[in-house]
Amino acid sequence: MEKFEKLQGVAAPMPLVNIDTDMIIPKVFLKSIKRTGFGVNLFDEMRYNRDGSEIEDFVLNKPQYRNADILVAGDNFGCGSSREHAPWAIADFGIKCVISTSFADIFFNNCFKNGILPIVLPQEQIDILMSDAEKGENARMTVDLEAQEITTSDGDVIAFEVDAFKKHCLLEGLDDIGLTMEKAKSIDTFEAAASQSRPWV
Amino acid sequence: MSPKTLYDKIWDAHVAHEAEDGTTLLYIDRHLVHEVTSAQAFEGLRMTGRTVRAPEKTIAVPDHNVPTTLDRAKGIENEESRIQVDALDTNAKEFGIHYYPVHDIRQGIVHIVGPEQGWTLPGMTVVCGDSHTATHGAFGALAHGIGTSEVEHVLATQTLIQKKSKNMKVEITGKLMPGVTAKDITMAVIGETGTAGGTGYVIEYCGEAIRDLTMEGRMTVCNMAIEGGARAGLIAPDQTTYDYVNGRPHAPKGAQWEAALDWWKTLYTDDGAHFDKVVTLKGEDIAPCVTWGTSPEDVLPISAVVPAPESFEGGKVDAAARALEYMGLEAGQKLTDIEIDTVFIGSCTNGRIEDLRAVAEVVKGKKIKDGMRAMIVPGSGLVRAQADEEGLSEIFEAAGFEWRLAGCSMCLAMNPDQLAEHERCASTSNRNFEGRQGYKGRTHLVSPAMAAAAALTGRLTDVRELI
Repeated sequence: MEKFEKLQGVAAPMPLVNIDTDMIIPKVFLKSIKRTGFGVNLFDEMRYNRDGSEIEDFVLNKPQYRNADILVAGDNFGCGSSREHAPWAIADFGIKCVISTSFADIFFNNCFKNGILPIVLPQEQIDILMSDAEKGENARMTVDLEAQEITTSDGDVIAFEVDAFKKHCLLEGLDDIGLTMEKAKSIDTFEAAASQSRPWV
Repeated sequence: MSPKTLYDKIWDAHVAHEAEDGTTLLYIDRHLVHEVTSAQAFEGLRMTGRTVRAPEKTIAVPDHNVPTTLDRAKGIENEESRIQVDALDTNAKEFGIHYYPVHDIRQGIVHIVGPEQGWTLPGMTVVCGDSHTATHGAFGALAHGIGTSEVEHVLATQTLIQKKSKNMKVEITGKLMPGVTAKDITMAVIGETGTAGGTGYVIEYCGEAIRDLTMEGRMTVCNMAIEGGARAGLIAPDQTTYDYVNGRPHAPKGAQWEAALDWWKTLYTDDGAHFDKVVTLKGEDIAPCVTWGTSPEDVLPISAVVPAPESFEGGKVDAAARALEYMGLEAGQKLTDIEIDTVFIGSCTNGRIEDLRAVAEVVKGKKIKDGMRAMIVPGSGLVRAQADEEGLSEIFEAAGFEWRLAGCSMCLAMNPDQLAEHERCASTSNRNFEGRQGYKGRTHLVSPAMAAAAALTGRLTDVRELI
């Protein structure tokens, strides 16, 4: 996985609450057996008309947000289906950080597996970042994972929390499976004990 | 020893490794797999030269893409869908995991097949690359959905990297009124807590109304725990659970059954155990429910009217306005005046035998409204066979329903079963998201009995008027 380094870029505002994974990537695009190429269909039904033409007033179709790196979103972002195609599409589009008051659990975990940093902040701070994002491409935000700080285009600094293990994995671009394999002995021991205590499993 | 919740007990029994910061390797007892979220995970194993650590605990079945029409033996027309199902065939063979192919009578929706075959047992950890894995919590199993990277992780290591969630208790006291079902309980709870109300929690459902439910009903309740944002839903196992499990193909037998039962009987929340959040509803207060918007939290009793966006607060005001526009509804409109084009009965929420019996009870000897498209899609080949044997399918066909083969079907419309633009559906499934059942399709979530009532009258209907 690519390392998450200090990110400086344009943030797109999406204040709508409960943006679900069907909105992020509709099911017609889940038929691929690859992990790549989903970016063009990110938010497909909100972004394109049926004939494939762009819906002009959708945020990522506006000139200032076409290359957005960050998303500032409404409550409960990523609810619904467990499809990892949602973070695959977000990453493939080029967005590396999503900021909201809350995320659905599975989506939140899926982000970290794909080099995306999801940040949870209280409403008042989301309001500040949403206003900043609405300024467009001249308002570049900085997300510093190491320092756990977001700096707005006005220079305001907002601190955020992140799980230490997940932070470490993102910063180093570590592969979870490789890390777990290093603990194979613990798994062997557990499995041997469980096969005695719960042999029916 | 301090008192523990049911969740605490199952968690503690599965910790293979715990780091100082609480990051845990949780051992997984059952890994269920379907075709949509697994291909990339198996490919990942191939690319890294890894194998499936515990193929005997891994069970695969194609369900999302499979056609449900009676002629499906001729194959899947859509090329991408076919490739995805073929990939699962190949992966199941290559990695030596249990498999129920499309033509097997045991094939069906993964969350119906697991319990039906006795793979899901109390006290287990169960995962699947599908958010509705929460269903299996009905057995007192810790069950939740995972992404494809985690599917690969479980395939390779039989563990999952987890941090423990908080405990939430949802108690449904007393009895349900006639015409009110498990689906109405789970929808009413989401109406109360919102779709993010359970975020960060594992819910334990308890109370008399939950205890009175069959296993089918309990699965319906837990199935939609994810719609309330919870990682998982749980119901403590009891005699109803043991009776359901006993004799299933992969349930323990003989001395192992007795040993298992001894342990299962310890799986309950101790008196005085701590819950971080408690929600209580009175069973008597729950009415048949229906959704009016595009989020499962947009739920109201059938007797209500469509709400005005201004009646909400914060970001929900805009979301409700958007939902009304999408749904083609006006604030103040009576829910029972909403006309329906299509009825879909099925899904991992409501595709079990009890759901079909509830439909048959409402439609027996009656006809669906002229011009109504109504389909019943059983959750598995075995559910279909049982419905045939009980004479339910004759009732359905006489009433004018299409009687399909098993699959996910119009719940997410990945196969040809889809809504057309602006087509309005009363659906027993679990999500009313924009585009969920077809591009610009309009979904109203209801119980099977309510869906049956809508099929007869052609509009959203209070089933209590028909029984």
